[in-house]
Amino acid sequence: MNDATGMPASAVVLGGDSELAAAVLAKLAKRRLERVVLAGRNEQGLARRCSELSALGVGQVNAVHFDATDHQRHDALASEIASELGDIDLVVMATGALERRGIDELTSAEVAQSIDTNFTGPAAALLGFARVLRSQGHGTLVVFSSLAAVRVRRANFVYGSAKAGLDGFCQGLQDELEHAKSGVRLMIVRPGFVHTKMTTGMRPQPLATEADVVADAVVRGLETGAGAVVVPAALGPLSVLMRLVPRPLWRRLPS
Amino acid sequence: MSLKPPPHRERVLASGFGRASASAATTAAVSSPDHLDELIALAATTSGRALARGLGRAYGDAAQCAGGLLLDCRPLDQILEMDPARGVVRVQAGCSLRALLREIVPAGWFLPVTPGTAEVTIGGAIAADVHGKNHHRDGTFSAFVDALVLHTPTGRRNLTATDSPEQFFATVAGMGLTGVISQATVRLAPITTSKMVVETRRGADLEATMEMLERADASHHYSVAWVDGVARGRSLGRSVITLGEHAGVEDLAPPQRTRPLVPARSRSLPVPPLLPRLITAPLISAFNEAYFRRAPRRAKREVLDYPPYFYPLDALSDWNRLYGRRGFLQYQYVVPDERADVVRLVFERLIAAGQHPSLVVLKRFGPAGAAPLSFPRPGWTVAIDLAAGTENLAETLDRLDELVAAANGRVYFAKDGRLRPELVAAMYPELGRWQTTRNELDPEGLFVSDLARRLKLVAWEP
Repeated sequence: MNDATGMPASAVVLGGDSELAAAVLAKLAKRRLERVVLAGRNEQGLARRCSELSALGVGQVNAVHFDATDHQRHDALASEIASELGDIDLVVMATGALERRGIDELTSAEVAQSIDTNFTGPAAALLGFARVLRSQGHGTLVVFSSLAAVRVRRANFVYGSAKAGLDGFCQGLQDELEHAKSGVRLMIVRPGFVHTKMTTGMRPQPLATEADVVADAVVRGLETGAGAVVVPAALGPLSVLMRLVPRPLWRRLPS
Repeated sequence: MSLKPPPHRERVLASGFGRASASAATTAAVSSPDHLDELIALAATTSGRALARGLGRAYGDAAQCAGGLLLDCRPLDQILEMDPARGVVRVQAGCSLRALLREIVPAGWFLPVTPGTAEVTIGGAIAADVHGKNHHRDGTFSAFVDALVLHTPTGRRNLTATDSPEQFFATVAGMGLTGVISQATVRLAPITTSKMVVETRRGADLEATMEMLERADASHHYSVAWVDGVARGRSLGRSVITLGEHAGVEDLAPPQRTRPLVPARSRSLPVPPLLPRLITAPLISAFNEAYFRRAPRRAKREVLDYPPYFYPLDALSDWNRLYGRRGFLQYQYVVPDERADVVRLVFERLIAAGQHPSLVVLKRFGPAGAAPLSFPRPGWTVAIDLAAGTENLAETLDRLDELVAAANGRVYFAKDGRLRPELVAAMYPELGRWQTTRNELDPEGLFVSDLARRLKLVAWEP
């Protein structure tokens, strides 16, 4: 049960090895979090995150296999995790992989794979969990979108368009959940450049931030009941501006 | 024009009065005690969880039942029997205090105990074992309940404090978790007029306020202090204290003496929905300054109708909307007399954390009742309204819980939306005894609330 300050007692992370999600859970562990399922592909990574959470005092921590692109498994997985956790207060969707290669470096199969990892797979899984939460009558979905979703850029248009798809899917799902009196809320998180494993070796963008800052913003968003948060906050006005830049100028922006 | 009958069952998003958290459930209007039994049987075979809901005045998630069946008891609103000579009334549980007062006041009777709003049901008043401004004298509401009818999955039971004390006192303050109350027999208090003699005075600071309230224990039937929660330094805890008595005929102006038991009609102004948060820090400071200044420096005596004395906030219906869509919390705690120092500490910590309590009420409690989960115990109680979702609020209240628990105090389930479950057993040492009785009354665990699940008052399996 999420409490009146928006804090969950149980959580499942899809993409359980994610640094951003781990930073969020570390903060929630100091509040009410006591039962966690981490779902992902990297067994060693999950095991490490599990022991980190146990060390933070989370009483019940388990890892399960989850592959965002294995669509057939999603619905069964959602109900399996629901029965394991009792009920699910919080779902964090943190799968995804950055793809910066362009037109000459990607095969068609790789494009499809990237879009599946960043959009189709997460969207399909989200809907499975949204149904479980709706039948519970309560719960929160937190979805990591990206600043890249606000407007697709030349430099990473495959990744950006997939995240834009996921972002749009979530906005529609938010409205549907509200309309259906589901008792379920969804929060979209749009981080800018974050120093993580995913961005190692890349040239940091302006206003680059840390996982810990993103986690603070997510926890704050849970408290305030925000529908979407942009991190760092200074990128909020920029994300509005990004939508307004004329195309001829937008396409000339340095990558 | 044809009126469509209301749907039998309907999905609703239910929240507490604070509107800080909501969950979805199916709701069904209970049309009769037999219908109630049918609905309980239905819930047992479908979602497997149910909960009575009245007027939704609990601030947190006490009347929410996510994914279950909410039994809307408001249609059970009949006054079944009234003995005007003895002042005993048998009333259905969905009847509101307001509706009951409308009938009993002209007959020369009053509620023996009333909370700060008349918009609660009899069932809710018993389930939360509510208290009023006279707790130091008279105890809680349940002290005046002679009998009640409880519907459980295993049938109906007539409960009294003498014949079935364990079950009666597990249901009193049991937050609806032992079953559904369909009716109660309540002993009323005699009055000769519908007016109150109210003495209003300022308390310059917390020390003065507490001293005056302590003295009022012996001198006055009703006592309470409104405290300026944002005043700091030497003014910390400054207050407006109101001490009340039921007026006698001799207290009334001569024209009123002919019909002493007819209260003036009370009107209530509606607050529109979908407002942004209007109760902000500058507004609270300005209001508190004005409210304190308006109160007389020296004690002033006046005769008031009972509604403005007992239910000032009922004059603004849906005033909870003034906090905007994020809602608000009320933190109500009690600490024993020997730890009266906690009262000051709590104010200081809230101020240090940058919080702006919007409405603060301080009063004294007398002896505790017999119900294991009843909130009042002798000492000081403070109720503090706070806008939800503000920075540091969650952590600040967590620290206050620890302070209160360490002082052998407790917080009030009817107000709570965010207590740390680990502290419940320390705050309510008789929880285990209550759970045993509860499990006898509801062995399948049909009755459950979001509050009960969050605080682990009951074992929970979906």
